[in-house]
Amino acid sequence: MNSRILHIATNTFREAVRDRVLYNLIGFALLMSAAAVLVGQISIQIERLVVINLGLTAVSLFGIVIAIFIGIGLVSKEIDKRTLYTVLSRPVRRWEFIAGKFFGLSGTLVVNTFFMAIGVFAALAYVSHHFESSDVGILVALYFIVLQFVIITALALFFSSFSTPIFSAIFAFWLFVIGSFAQDLRNFAHMTHGLAHWLATGAAYLVPNFSALNVISQVAHGEPVPHRLILLNTAYVLVYSLAVLSGAVLIFERRNLK
Amino acid sequence: MRAIEILGLEKIYNAGFWRRRSKRALRPLTLAVEEGEIFGFLGPNGAGKTTTLKILMGLVFPTSGSARILGMELDDPRMKGQIGFLPEQPYFYDHLTARELLRYYGQLSGVDATQLSHKVDAVLEQVRLSESANVQLRKFSKGMLQRAGIAQAILHDPKVVFLDEPMSGLDPMGRREVRNLIEDLKAKGKTVFFSTHILSDAEALCDRVAIINQGELRGVGAVAELTASVHGKVEIVWHGMSTPAGIRSMGAECHAAGDTMRVILPEENQDAALEALRREHLRVISVVPVRTSLEDYFVAQLGGPAKSEAVSARG
Repeated sequence: MNSRILHIATNTFREAVRDRVLYNLIGFALLMSAAAVLVGQISIQIERLVVINLGLTAVSLFGIVIAIFIGIGLVSKEIDKRTLYTVLSRPVRRWEFIAGKFFGLSGTLVVNTFFMAIGVFAALAYVSHHFESSDVGILVALYFIVLQFVIITALALFFSSFSTPIFSAIFAFWLFVIGSFAQDLRNFAHMTHGLAHWLATGAAYLVPNFSALNVISQVAHGEPVPHRLILLNTAYVLVYSLAVLSGAVLIFERRNLK
Repeated sequence: MRAIEILGLEKIYNAGFWRRRSKRALRPLTLAVEEGEIFGFLGPNGAGKTTTLKILMGLVFPTSGSARILGMELDDPRMKGQIGFLPEQPYFYDHLTARELLRYYGQLSGVDATQLSHKVDAVLEQVRLSESANVQLRKFSKGMLQRAGIAQAILHDPKVVFLDEPMSGLDPMGRREVRNLIEDLKAKGKTVFFSTHILSDAEALCDRVAIINQGELRGVGAVAELTASVHGKVEIVWHGMSTPAGIRSMGAECHAAGDTMRVILPEENQDAALEALRREHLRVISVVPVRTSLEDYFVAQLGGPAKSEAVSARG
């Protein structure tokens, strides 16, 4: 990573960390973990299942909210407040700015996920008093959640490069919802014929496949996650994010900053 | 080598929902600024000053034409390392302290890491922000933000400094400080290109000015040249409250201020007026030809009546 990207990423991280809204969301996520403990205590024999399910879902949802909430303002806020002017009048290329913003927010989300994951493991230790070998799967699920954040960050940044924050939020959120049903969309495409088949197939492969990145239920039941899936998901997220970021750069490179 | 060279720069914005309405923000503009000059870019609000600056900074793309700074293209990162820019009404990352902000900008400008702390301290001292160095910018007043803006523009010792309305929002003391700072930059051999609609600042500071209105260049030249035209009148100031009767009949405009009198009268009556004052034993303080002020020139280029003409018309 070149030094300018690193400095922009560091500044983005620092801005997010100093943003009070971020702390509120983390606090709320920790509250959810506490709620998981309570639910676990009243769920006989399935405490682990409930805690892992609720805890990881909370980590995922709050991370997505943070990614969208901050991601949509990454470019538009800098244009509105004109902070971008003093950055781009320096030897900083526009693609470096986009890349710096992306790495900055992704880094923020990794750190947040780390702290929220501590909350989940603490809740798990509280209800079951011990860890099992299958709990390694929780780390894989967390890794997949981070991969989801990477895609959402890239998408929010993409929309932010040409749209208003509100529209960016709507677009990013709907893509997350649709992407969570990407597998169902693919199954539907198999059942259709003709133009509908092509349209459904196109849409199924265009939207991010969040369903493949969701192994929370599997992990909660103690089922192992195949290594091949880890590898494929990693490659998929890298390619998908790179494509989305390239789109963001292409648009942003041509944009007049009025 | 010229510091700034603008060749037929034009900007047309497409407006409206379907982007079918076009708005010409800048008509083909050709301009050159020499190295070491303080160049004033004057015009009323909405004249195209900021659009020009944004194009030069690579923030907005021109519809046609080109420009070079220090002989380099506008998208050349080497060139951007040698310029500083203060936007109009600057707003900075308010989660940062002044010191953090300057460190960040210094890093982006490629300032050597071993020199960075020293340069940040020096520039904070220069703009009198040392005591607020560790205060977050969200707690800064408008004047302090403007000073922080100037600090970030000169931090990396640029060769050309672009200032968009640098006196905006400053009190008289602040304006004087900025004026001194601009003069310091010139003394160091820097080129300063600044836009303003405060003509007294331009008149006091600039070697040359350009006047722009409705996106069109209306005039360019040295301040002394632009204000050189004489109206054929002379201003005489003397100590005392009385005006010899003969002077009034010479077509003079008389103004009393405190214990001095000031008259403006046709140049051919100067000797007669001075003789009349001598006869009355009145002490002459000054005799100066009436010149066109920059304001007169500015108003004339914008199509309005010059102040001196307006005075004559009223008289």
